[in-house]
Amino acid sequence: MREINVNEITEAVSSMCIEVNHVLSEDMKCALDNAFNKEESELGKQILDQLKENLVIAKEEMIPICQDTGMAVIFMEIGQEVHFTGGSLEDAINEGVRKGYVEGYLRKSVVDDPIIRNNTKDNTPAVIHYSVVPGENVKITISPKGFGSENMSRVFMLKPADGIEGVKNAILTAVKDAGPNACPPMVIGVGIGGTFEKCALMAKHALTRKAGVHSDIPYVKELEEEMLDKINALGIGPAGLGGSVTAMAVNVETYPTHIAGLPVGINICCHVNRHIERVI
Amino acid sequence: MTKNITVPMDEQTKLDLTAGDYVYLTGTIYTARDAAHKRMQESLDKGEALPIDIVNQIIYYMGPSPAREGKVIGSAGPTTAGRMDRYTPRLLDLGLGAMIGKGKRTQDVKDAIVRNKSVYFAAVGGAGALLSKSIIKSEVVAYDDLGTEAIRKLEVKDFPVIVVADSKGNYLYK
Ligand code: SF4
Repeated sequence: MREINVNEITEAVSSMCIEVNHVLSEDMKCALDNAFNKEESELGKQILDQLKENLVIAKEEMIPICQDTGMAVIFMEIGQEVHFTGGSLEDAINEGVRKGYVEGYLRKSVVDDPIIRNNTKDNTPAVIHYSVVPGENVKITISPKGFGSENMSRVFMLKPADGIEGVKNAILTAVKDAGPNACPPMVIGVGIGGTFEKCALMAKHALTRKAGVHSDIPYVKELEEEMLDKINALGIGPAGLGGSVTAMAVNVETYPTHIAGLPVGINICCHVNRHIERVI
Repeated sequence: MTKNITVPMDEQTKLDLTAGDYVYLTGTIYTARDAAHKRMQESLDKGEALPIDIVNQIIYYMGPSPAREGKVIGSAGPTTAGRMDRYTPRLLDLGLGAMIGKGKRTQDVKDAIVRNKSVYFAAVGGAGALLSKSIIKSEVVAYDDLGTEAIRKLEVKDFPVIVVADSKGNYLYK
C-alpha cells in the first residue's frame, strides 16, 4: 500500500491548471504547424499564422491561450494500492482548481446552478471522472473545456442497422453544424458503443489522446483517417472562413454495447485542445 | 480588401464595408455577453434606460480572463455570437451600431443587420492572447458584479476583425 497526502494532489492540480491554459501540448503545436503547411486558402493561412503567434505570446507573457479557460474536466486514474490521507480527495482536487484559477489569473466561468446561474468566482467545482486501476500510482489528466465547442457536441442513439455509415454521417452532421462556432480547426473526440453516458465520456476522453496518435484497432484507425479527410473536404476552414483544414485530428474510442443499440458521442473541441497529464 | 477604421463609425463607413473585408479597428468599443444581454433585456422590458448608450456603438461579445499586474486586460478573444441572437434584433433596432463575435447568426439577426445598415464582424476565436495586445485600455462601466461578464469600455488600436455580415445582406460563412 502507498500513502499519498491529498495536499500533493491539490498542488499538482493547481500547477497543472495554470500550465495547461498557457502552454499548448507539443502534439497540438505540431498539429497546428501541419495545418499551416497544408492550408491552401490565403486567409486560412493568415489565421493559422495568428494562432501560432497567439501560442508564442501566451507562453512568453503568461496570458491564457484563450480567454475561455474552460470548466476543468479531470480524469483521475487511481491505483488500487493507494491510500489517500489528510482529508477528502474530491475536496483536494477542487481546492487545486480553485488555487490554480485564482492564483493563475484564469477566467472564472462556472455558475453554481444551471438555472439560477451565480458565478462561483473560483471556477469550482470541476467535473471529475474517477477510475480505479491496478498499481500504486495516481494519474491525473486535466482538460479545461471551452464551451464554444462544447455546445456543438452531440450524442446520437443510432440503430445497429445504421452501422459504420451511420456513424460517419453522425460525425459529419455534428461538424457541419458546429462550423465557425467551434473555433476551427477542430479536434473531434468520438465514442462509439457502450451506453448513452459511456459514449459521451469516451468522446471526451478521446480528446486527451495526443493528436496524430491513432487507435490500435485497424478499422477504427481507418475510420479516424477517413473522417479527417471527409471533414477537411467540407471546406469550413480556419475560423470557419473557408479553407482546406477544418479539423486537425479525429480520435475515436469504442466499447462493447447492447444488441439493440449503437450509441455515438461526438465531443467537438476547438484548436485550443488543452490536455495535460501527471503521474504521482 | 484591407481597411483601417476609426470606431464608432459613421453610416457611410458601415455601408462601404463588405463581407470578407479585413478591417483594423481603432477607437472605443464595449463588451457584453450572455448575462449582460439578459440584464439589458430585462431593463428594456421594464421601460428602464440601458446602463450605456448603445446608439452607434460596437458591442464586442467577450469576457476576458483577469489582467495580471501592470497589464490592461487578460486574454480577450471573441465568444460565440449566436447565444446573443435572441437579444440582438431589438438592440439593433434601438440603434446599436455593430457587433464583434465569432460564429453563425440567425436569419432574424441578419435581417436586422440589413434593416439597420449595421455590420457583424468576426474576430479570430481562440486568439485571445494575441488580441489582447490590441486593447490599450479597459474599464468596467456597468454590471461590475457579473465579473468577467460585466460591461467594459475598451480602447482598441488596430484590432483585427473580418466582416462576416454586411448591410447589403452578404454573409461570409457557408
Ligand atoms: S471554442 Fe475554444 S478557442 Fe473558441 S473561444 Fe471557446 S475555448 Fe476558446
